[in-house]
Amino acid sequence: MSEHMDTAHHGPAKGWTRWILTTNHKDIGTLYLVFSLIMLFVGGSMAFVIRAELFQPGLQLVVPEFFNQMTTMHGLIMVFGAVMPAFVGLANWQVPLMIGAPDMALPRLNNWSFWILPFAFAMLLSTLFMAGGAPDFGWTFYAPLSTTYAPPSVTFFIFAIHMMGISSIMGAINIIVTIFNMRAPGMKMMDLPLFVWTWLITAFLLIAVMPVLAAVVTMMLMDVHFGTSFFNAAGGGDPVLFQHVFWFFAHPEVYIMVLPAFGVVSQIVPTFSRKPLFGYHSMVYATAAIAVMSFIVWAHHMFTVGMPLTGELFFMYTTMLIAVPTGVKVFNWVSTMFKGSMTFETPMLFAIAFIVLFTIGGLSGLMLAIAPADFQYHDTYFVVAHFHYVLVPGSVFGIIAGVYYWLPKWCGKMYNEKLGQLHFWLSFIGVNLTFFPMHFVGLAGMPRRIPDYALQFADFNMITSLGAFLFGTTQLLFVYIIIKTVRSGKAAEQLPWDGAKGLEWSVPTPAPYHTFSTPPVVGEK
Amino acid sequence: MRQLLQLICSALVLSPGTSVALEFNMPAGVTQTSQSIYGLHMTIFYICLVIAIVVFGVMFWSIFHHRKSKGAKASQFHGSVLVEIIWTIIPIVILVAMAVPATKTLVDMYDTSESDIDIQVTGHQWKWHYKYIGEDLGFFSILATSKEEIENRKKKNPNYLLEVDNPLVVPINKKIRFLFTSNDVIHAWWVPDLAIKKDAVPGFINESWTRIDKPGTYRGQCAELCGMHHAFMPIEVKAVSEDDYALWLDEQKALKQAEAASTELEWSQEQLMTAGAKIYEKNCAVCHQADGSGIPQAFPALNGSPIALGPKADHMAIVIQGRLEKGMPAFGEQLSAVDIAAVITYERNSWDNKTGDKVTPAEVQAVMEKQ
Repeated sequence: MSEHMDTAHHGPAKGWTRWILTTNHKDIGTLYLVFSLIMLFVGGSMAFVIRAELFQPGLQLVVPEFFNQMTTMHGLIMVFGAVMPAFVGLANWQVPLMIGAPDMALPRLNNWSFWILPFAFAMLLSTLFMAGGAPDFGWTFYAPLSTTYAPPSVTFFIFAIHMMGISSIMGAINIIVTIFNMRAPGMKMMDLPLFVWTWLITAFLLIAVMPVLAAVVTMMLMDVHFGTSFFNAAGGGDPVLFQHVFWFFAHPEVYIMVLPAFGVVSQIVPTFSRKPLFGYHSMVYATAAIAVMSFIVWAHHMFTVGMPLTGELFFMYTTMLIAVPTGVKVFNWVSTMFKGSMTFETPMLFAIAFIVLFTIGGLSGLMLAIAPADFQYHDTYFVVAHFHYVLVPGSVFGIIAGVYYWLPKWCGKMYNEKLGQLHFWLSFIGVNLTFFPMHFVGLAGMPRRIPDYALQFADFNMITSLGAFLFGTTQLLFVYIIIKTVRSGKAAEQLPWDGAKGLEWSVPTPAPYHTFSTPPVVGEK
Repeated sequence: MRQLLQLICSALVLSPGTSVALEFNMPAGVTQTSQSIYGLHMTIFYICLVIAIVVFGVMFWSIFHHRKSKGAKASQFHGSVLVEIIWTIIPIVILVAMAVPATKTLVDMYDTSESDIDIQVTGHQWKWHYKYIGEDLGFFSILATSKEEIENRKKKNPNYLLEVDNPLVVPINKKIRFLFTSNDVIHAWWVPDLAIKKDAVPGFINESWTRIDKPGTYRGQCAELCGMHHAFMPIEVKAVSEDDYALWLDEQKALKQAEAASTELEWSQEQLMTAGAKIYEKNCAVCHQADGSGIPQAFPALNGSPIALGPKADHMAIVIQGRLEKGMPAFGEQLSAVDIAAVITYERNSWDNKTGDKVTPAEVQAVMEKQ
């Protein structure tokens, strides 16, 4: 196979312009992953500020208005800058390799979708230095706090969101076109690896909802600058309309941030259990069901907003129902492990932690679905605990697991297993120390997004802050491990994991700059 | 657990809060609604706990027994339609069983009919206004915790950030209907012991109701991010017996009459300055700061400002009508003529502002009546 992958003739361009001009899916995948890692630390440093201020009751380090800017920017950067680009990076590297395609279908579009992002985030971050400060209205930017009462930098925020949306939509189109048109001959849809399936469904979600986000920020722009009153009751508008439109985007968005992680875990668990994935078909159907249902549950974020009783009931029932396909996925993973022959290398450790901690986040999600109980949970630290459980040990652990899993193939070197396991255990302890006590303070009555709190919340907040410092600094170890692997890791084998199946492992290690110039043939089972 | 935590904290000698009891669950509260919500919460929690134990039990059992190092050979089974159907049906049954009591509680919570007392609750940045409908009584309720405590210059009291100057007073055993709205951005009125959390949305009215079983003071906070001082607009509800409530109502009405009469009185410069300092601290210092220096780019300084040193009429106009697009509320709707006169007098004669002007309640009254 390596004869047609003569890297001497088709290698990467020399010099730094390689990274600006590249249309190679592996280069662009790397760019996305490095970018999201940087954003993880930018957003993480904001979390540091938040947790340092909340270490004790009283105002110590920052003023409330800056605290609000930190919570807002932390959320925006982690969602749009860290988690989403990381998954697009994984898709760029892996989708062509897993379906036997030579590259993404639309390579130039691919380059553009990435290169919009640094500018979008530079603009968003520049608002921190503007008069009146950065956006301070929460990552959910509810009107009219984000319109009539917003700092002037809201306009830059709107433009940045538009750019991120364009980037996401183009990335999603590229992934769909690639999967539909560039599968290796003989590969049917129901042969697709689950990571590819989950990304395909995610891409459809992105195309469906990113325009809705664009619409809602455009309506904000009109209200701020052009005298309309979409969200201004005094002009005949409705502030609650904002929330409906926003959550129609943002609820599918939370599945956008977790479905690809489901995919990663569905690749890793069979590999290290040395057993085929249990219930492949039901996994695909469950993913599709979650995606469809994600469009009819949005108002469960708004139970206290004053909806009519029938509305509350509808959204309560649909939200409870979404637990069913999610449960099916968890049961399938556990059944895959059952009667396997398991080993516990770093990717598997992160994948198992994903299953356990994501399930905890899912169960607290089920509690939140019970509308009357949600009146007590809503906008408290219980919610903060819930969504951090599904996003940090959920999405982020899924991404980290994927990086450890595929890194040997990407760079041809093996990471240090001992360091990887140390990274896992410190992260696991840190993440639980940070987010588990949040359940307690939330139930006991601590609202979210406050820089100062009543005394009965002091102890748990201190534990949370200590956990956050541990978790945050541990991720420096992750960077160290990656750099050390790329620079001086031991050479990895062609098949670094003995249980791994799939086309991505059929190419040499490291994966050459161009792969599958001649398509592989699949389907001769 | 609690002792361990307290040990950690006292070992660090960092937390001033260790004397306050540690709480880690939802309060059962003091109304039937709050208790049935607590019941729902505990039921769903135990259901989740059982699910978690079963799922993680199987998983960890596999992890311990089906590992390669123990010589486990991997089976190659990879699917079973029957199993998939079973673990789709069972959760649905559990969910339906859960949905029934939840629906019942919700339907009950939405029945706001036949109330004994109606109270309109209006959110303002960053205070609550309570209006007793049909009683000609209304007042603001503002954070009472001192700045010194917030800035760690004084020991924090047990009700730190959960105390107000004028608590909402209500009788027990009466159906009280709340009507929520807002004057500016969205707020949310939340008292955990009453299990009421409802958004106060500008331009719209939301309803909720409660019937409190036990006299006592119940505290809560704004639960929807509403800007800079979102953390500093608590709620304090004092539930008293019906007789005490009637007494309190009379007292408040008498106070109100006395206040109205005071507009007619002759106020000395010193009296206005003393009263003005208090009003300023409560209503103005949040944005314009205690020393009148404001917050650059957001809220203008009053010290040396053209308004505070310019004509009295302009100063009165801006305080009374506000400047809504910049976040300055119309205080004519919030404060009495006496209060406005006092605070303007204070602003014109504090810090480096030395106009020597005195603004009388009668002058303010005249401007307010013209609108």
